[in-house]
Amino acid sequence: MAELVEAGASLRSARLRISAALWRRPWLKLGLLLAAPVLAFAVVYLGALVSLFVSAFWQIDAFTAAVIHKWTLDNFKTLWNDHTYWRITGRTIGIAAAVTVTDAVLAFPLAYFMARLATPRLRALLFIAVLLPLWSSYLVRIYAWRTILAKDGALNWFLNGIGLPDTGLAYTNTAMWIVFSYVWLPFMVLPVYAALERIPDSYLEASQDLGAKGSRTLRSVILPLALPGIVAGSIFTFSLTLGDFITPALVGGAGSSFIGNVVHDKVGQPDIPFAAAFATVPVVVMGIYLLIARRLGAFDAV
Amino acid sequence: METRSTRIGLGVATVAVIAFLWLPLLLIMAYAFNSSTIQSWPISGFTLHWFHQAWHDPEARSSLWLSIKVGLAATAVALVLGTAAAAAIYRFRFFGREAVSFLLLLPIALPGIITGMSLNSAFNFAGVRFSIWTIVVGHATFCVVIVYNNVLARLRRSSPSLLEASMDLGADGWQTFRFVVWPVLSTALVAGGLLAFALSFDEAIVTTFTAGAQTTLPIYILDHIQRGQDLPVVNAIVFVVILVTVIPVTIAQRLTGDTGVLRRGASRTKV
Repeated sequence: MAELVEAGASLRSARLRISAALWRRPWLKLGLLLAAPVLAFAVVYLGALVSLFVSAFWQIDAFTAAVIHKWTLDNFKTLWNDHTYWRITGRTIGIAAAVTVTDAVLAFPLAYFMARLATPRLRALLFIAVLLPLWSSYLVRIYAWRTILAKDGALNWFLNGIGLPDTGLAYTNTAMWIVFSYVWLPFMVLPVYAALERIPDSYLEASQDLGAKGSRTLRSVILPLALPGIVAGSIFTFSLTLGDFITPALVGGAGSSFIGNVVHDKVGQPDIPFAAAFATVPVVVMGIYLLIARRLGAFDAV
Repeated sequence: METRSTRIGLGVATVAVIAFLWLPLLLIMAYAFNSSTIQSWPISGFTLHWFHQAWHDPEARSSLWLSIKVGLAATAVALVLGTAAAAAIYRFRFFGREAVSFLLLLPIALPGIITGMSLNSAFNFAGVRFSIWTIVVGHATFCVVIVYNNVLARLRRSSPSLLEASMDLGADGWQTFRFVVWPVLSTALVAGGLLAFALSFDEAIVTTFTAGAQTTLPIYILDHIQRGQDLPVVNAIVFVVILVTVIPVTIAQRLTGDTGVLRRGASRTKV
């Protein structure tokens, strides 16, 4: 019994010594905490990223498909000289921009209602209503639209019901635009809501007192203050569309390839160097976009 | 402040946008009960047959099982690494602190295809054979951030003087952890874990690049949609997948107030 007590006491004193030692040497504690996550990320993730972009300057052997580690700009030259890749890049960026504008237009009234008109209870409910689609499976949501837009899907059924003809939207660029706008909409609603919620009522009252009509207040007070939130949301809608390949594959048509589809096919061939070279395009576009977004104050918004 | 007509207009727009968000989900859930094998609207009758069929489909079963295993493993890795990183970032000011938090955010800031491709080529390069573990590594990269954000948000709301008080009262590190830190963090960990699991459970893009011959549930669904095969069974599975992702998110939302679940969105903007 006495030994047990003694053992317990010495265990406790050992633990206290360890705590004290760590307390005196905070760098040791920091090192212990950071070693695992930083090593894992630096080695696995960053290592993989760097090796990918290095491989963009390599090539594969035409016969054996083995990667040749010889520096060359050939992949980029092919990209530059082939009109197909320009068209695909243009399509990808164009649809990403259209989706961003559409989401901003759809998100604004909802975010405004949530931030300024809804009662706390209703606001909580709307929050859930926006969050659940955001977290529910992205694949499932694209699939849902594939069935809706199909020839005998719900959309044509509805249109026929009110006396209109079939749309024939299935497997077109328009279908992609609708589905992307749908899938990323919650990403726009949340930051716009956050920006609108922060506008003090007194600003709107001041605008009114100074004789501004509703539309003038919207244009000169609300929109400028909401802009950082809209830009923050647009980072998601734009970047997520740029990198996607599943939506074009499931709801796009024969001429609907995105950068992501080409990259995906090339990885499957396998021609990793060319895939890596083309993948630098969305990364560079996103980099430029982020610089502009920073200028517009998107990073202070959320 | 807003005029009556503005209020009505905004209300109508809100209802319309919420309907736009929800109708497709409800519609695809209805298809799970379609008695016909033809995918057309309106569904022709009610049946539970496809759930039975899906449950006994060996391929669906094995991919469900794989998704659960991957989700649990990725969540476990994320809990350990994410919590450690959050604690370090919260407690210390050090050189490279910003770089560390930026590094953790990269996997969700960059498009999934970049993460997937780079891991794919790195695994190939290092001669690692594709297996369940390569999928786990892929998922863990973006699950860590979710836990990290939840834990960090919780830590920032709690006072550091709690730790000092505990030490002053003679508690050792373990006791401080057990009686002070753990009660503060536990719900944030549960919420972060649930969200990480939900994210891993429906991930398709990174998985297509890091899986070998194995099929996770989203890959199974994607394959069958593309080939138009066994769609009624897929519909039943899709119904279950929606529930499996919605339930953890609702619980996580309850546990963290309204900020925790938002982190997925918020973390993406802080690039």
